[in-house]
Amino acid sequence: MEYPSNFRYTTEHEWVAPSGATAKIGISDFAQQQLGDIVFVELPAVGTVLTAGQSLGTVESVKAVSEVFAPVSGKVKAINDALVKSPELLNQDPHGKAWMVEVELTDPAQTAKLMDAAAYTKFVAEAEAH
Amino acid sequence: MRYLPTSDAIRRDMLAELGLNSVDVLFDHIPEYCRLQRPLNIPTGRSEAEIIAWFQQAARDNAPGFTSFLGAGAYQHFRPTHLDQLISRGEWFTAYTPYQPEISQGTLQAIFEFQTMICQLTGQEVANAGMYDGSTALLEACMMAARVTGRSGIVVARSVHPQYREVLSTLTKPREFPIAEAGFTPDGRLDLAALKAAVTAETAAVAVQSPNFFGTIEDWEAAAAIAHAQGALLVAVIAEPVSLGLLPAPAAADIVAMELQGFGIPGGFGGPYAGIIASREKFLRSLPGRLVGEARDSDGKRGFVLTLSTREQHIRREKATSNICTNQALCALMASIFMATYGRQGLRELAQQNLSKGAYLASACQKAGLEVLFPAPRFHEFAVRLRRPLAAIEARLHQEKIIPGLSLQRYYPELGNALLVCATETIPRAGLDRLAALLSEV
Amino acid sequence: MAEINDNLSQPAGTRASRHLVQNEDLLFEVSSPGKRGYQLPDLDVPAAPLTAARADIPDFPELSELEVVRHYTRLSTWNYGVDTGIYPLGSCTMKYNARVNEHVTRIEGLGDGHPLQPESLSRGALRIMRLLSDYLLEITGMDAITLQPAAGAQGELTGILLVRSALAARGDRRRKVLIPDSAHGTNPATAAIAGYQVENLKSNPDGTVDMSSLDRQMTGDVAALMLTNPNTLGIFEEDIHRIADLVHERGGMLYMDGANMNALVGRARPGDFGVDVMHLNLHKTFSTPHGGGGPGAGPVAVKRELEPFLPIPVLTQKATLDYDRPQSIGRVRAFYGNFGMFTRALAYIMANGSDGLKQTTEDAVLNANYIRKKLEGHYTLPFATPSMHEVVFSDAQQAQHGVHTGDIAKRLIDYGFHPYTVSFPLVVRGALMIEPTESANRQEMDEFIAALRAIAEEARTQPELVTGAPYTTKIRRLDEVAAARQPVLRWKPKS
Repeated sequence: MEYPSNFRYTTEHEWVAPSGATAKIGISDFAQQQLGDIVFVELPAVGTVLTAGQSLGTVESVKAVSEVFAPVSGKVKAINDALVKSPELLNQDPHGKAWMVEVELTDPAQTAKLMDAAAYTKFVAEAEAH
Repeated sequence: MRYLPTSDAIRRDMLAELGLNSVDVLFDHIPEYCRLQRPLNIPTGRSEAEIIAWFQQAARDNAPGFTSFLGAGAYQHFRPTHLDQLISRGEWFTAYTPYQPEISQGTLQAIFEFQTMICQLTGQEVANAGMYDGSTALLEACMMAARVTGRSGIVVARSVHPQYREVLSTLTKPREFPIAEAGFTPDGRLDLAALKAAVTAETAAVAVQSPNFFGTIEDWEAAAAIAHAQGALLVAVIAEPVSLGLLPAPAAADIVAMELQGFGIPGGFGGPYAGIIASREKFLRSLPGRLVGEARDSDGKRGFVLTLSTREQHIRREKATSNICTNQALCALMASIFMATYGRQGLRELAQQNLSKGAYLASACQKAGLEVLFPAPRFHEFAVRLRRPLAAIEARLHQEKIIPGLSLQRYYPELGNALLVCATETIPRAGLDRLAALLSEV
Repeated sequence: MAEINDNLSQPAGTRASRHLVQNEDLLFEVSSPGKRGYQLPDLDVPAAPLTAARADIPDFPELSELEVVRHYTRLSTWNYGVDTGIYPLGSCTMKYNARVNEHVTRIEGLGDGHPLQPESLSRGALRIMRLLSDYLLEITGMDAITLQPAAGAQGELTGILLVRSALAARGDRRRKVLIPDSAHGTNPATAAIAGYQVENLKSNPDGTVDMSSLDRQMTGDVAALMLTNPNTLGIFEEDIHRIADLVHERGGMLYMDGANMNALVGRARPGDFGVDVMHLNLHKTFSTPHGGGGPGAGPVAVKRELEPFLPIPVLTQKATLDYDRPQSIGRVRAFYGNFGMFTRALAYIMANGSDGLKQTTEDAVLNANYIRKKLEGHYTLPFATPSMHEVVFSDAQQAQHGVHTGDIAKRLIDYGFHPYTVSFPLVVRGALMIEPTESANRQEMDEFIAALRAIAEEARTQPELVTGAPYTTKIRRLDEVAAARQPVLRWKPKS
């Protein structure tokens, strides 16, 4: 799987797609594969102020729950209702239609500190080897 | 020992296959100081006849053959005989939690039907597969309200069962949920003005019981309005499920916490009983306890399965909605069979009989010159004022093989020599007359 | 219908056989207006009016008594109980539920007693509770006990609340509880509800306590260590005295989850190896029936220091009820607890006696070791440490062919057995947790072993056969994903 080059990634398998002062956040293809069929996604309310590393919601499969951590700090501007309605989108298109929240970035420079696509691809390969 | 499906010869043989000459070797790795070096100080194994004789003696030392007017959270109703016959089938009572759905469809379908009947009775949208009892159902309902609202305050009516309130207090203390009580008026009902004063923007749950501990019927709608005005949830507590055969369902409530014992579960000195939580679909993910859902198999056949398990302890662990694992499944099954047997007409008729017996007894007490507290509409329970403390007259009543009810002295001392009396369909008219006569006599 | 070679889907010559089982719709689908299953006596008092009665109970079932009996009989035939065959669920202790237990529970004067009867009219019930309490104290080696908690999880909560109160009384409030990562999920859930921060204690690979981790993590802020012994892998903590000493030295308490007492009764007592507080599962060790998911009972036994905090009412040595307990934590449920489980457990102890209880423990441990020996090599044994009453394998060999523990469990059903516990404990990847209990005879164990060996072979040569199982049950594997995405949790009439 090609990880989008304009995204940045965390060690917890979240991605950030910056777009000027705002950014979309989601979880990676590796993450959705690990979880299996997604049955439920819980997202924060619009207006919530997130700190990097803080939990912003959860993703559930039949047998497991995973927390999703904010890769960067920001204020939630929009949440993806379509994803809440159809959690299977996360299995189908984790980097596109299954974005989770859109935030107004507190500090745009934070994004650059995360892994780029190449680094993340390597990170995933190492994780899979275990 | 007759339960053990083996013999010394087989044991020796199995040990030989393991290359061992004694079973002690399998315990050798337990450090010496941990090992019990003597037999347990318990008599050796008894025969069935001896065991049964011992328990029969214990039974004789209770009050067999007495007529009891006790209610107060445990109600005497006739249990259809096929109930015990059915649940005694080994496939019901010796089965485990239905984690393997392909070989537990009996249990799963029964729970699905149970969840449905509870929704129909309570006017709610979703019900779980049961909690330990009414008292812990109330606790779990308040915890659920706290999760949903993000608040921590609990306001509970003082006319809610006193033991339920004790449980609420004990189990919320560690996480410091503030609890306020709202008292009752001289007509034995929740003081709505007091409730309004107690409910704030910090209140998560408002808990009201109906029929309340005194048997008096409360106004769900009024309580709900007060709760909702502050964004709190109304938790409707029901200790006598038979009342739902006739009384309006608590549709205005956000969460219902109900005791199922009245639906064919033996009184049995207080347990096992079973509780339930029923609520709105929008609060589904905050619901504690097991849930059974409909599903299809690979051939398209309908089946049932435990679902939304991610709320529960075995997956969510410290973030679970509750720590509950084992619930009261067999008791819930008894309640299901009871509900199915009485059915739509029967529950109504049963409730009607109970209402009538209670009304007759209250009237008989009044005619005998006793003061019946609380004139408000009631179900089958009420409080009557005795001329002397219960302790002074109890012996006489016991001589007549009557347990007259529960003294309210411990929980509501301000009511004086008040006695809580319950009359169900199991007590014939002559018994009701006898009680009224004796209470006025002593 | 899936194309499966009928010769293979139900293995020949095994415990499994084919027989007619009937379908049965939901109560609401069988219901018909006007049918009646009850008859009340004629009302012998005037019918009382109620101004605000409910309208009706919409769509509530109406069936005759016979239809109710057939309904619940048919449904029961789709289940599998301990009465049906061996039930090797790990840590559940699915042992024989003796019928004398059922009989004594229903004796008139016991089964129908009211919990608020005066004490003078409840001497028999109180005597039952006293004798059971005494026997359980002797079995556990503890000083005092409460029978009030309704289940193991409630027992855990009660126990941790007792610890909390005891530490507060010492003037030493602490904020954390240590729990090994091999623990049952109720442990951390309980600690969180009791207001503690849960800290995971790293186990050794075999699930036993890693002493250096404990040394590091057992600080002055830790109230208790919650331990299961033997642990969830069926392995006894041989370092238990060092563990208990360390916890006590640092001012904490040792809580033991008693779920695995079936390995210890009559051979070892937790009170003798440093446990301060523990719960018992009457529905495991003491044979009270599982009933499809409950009821259970979770008595909590304690050392002397914790006695003042026990829930009220406390049953005195003279079998009276004591409510005057100023330091009590309060009440954890209404009334006295699941009394119907007390009668059953007491009858079980009486029937076994000291000799039978010890023999039971020995048979349980022998049976687990027998199965372990016979399945070694066919399934991966993650640790060489001795097993007690249960053995945990992993699906490592089968996973190479794409077959996992869950699939093996489903295929075991086709061979006529209830599966073992799947995927628990979490410390073993792809766990198969097998606890035969003493209620497994040799022949059935041999059949069970043969079945698992056959499935291991199937996993190698025909993995799709295993991953598609079961084939012989009333329904095949259910789509649990769809069920969770669009939950349908009740029947509704077709609109």
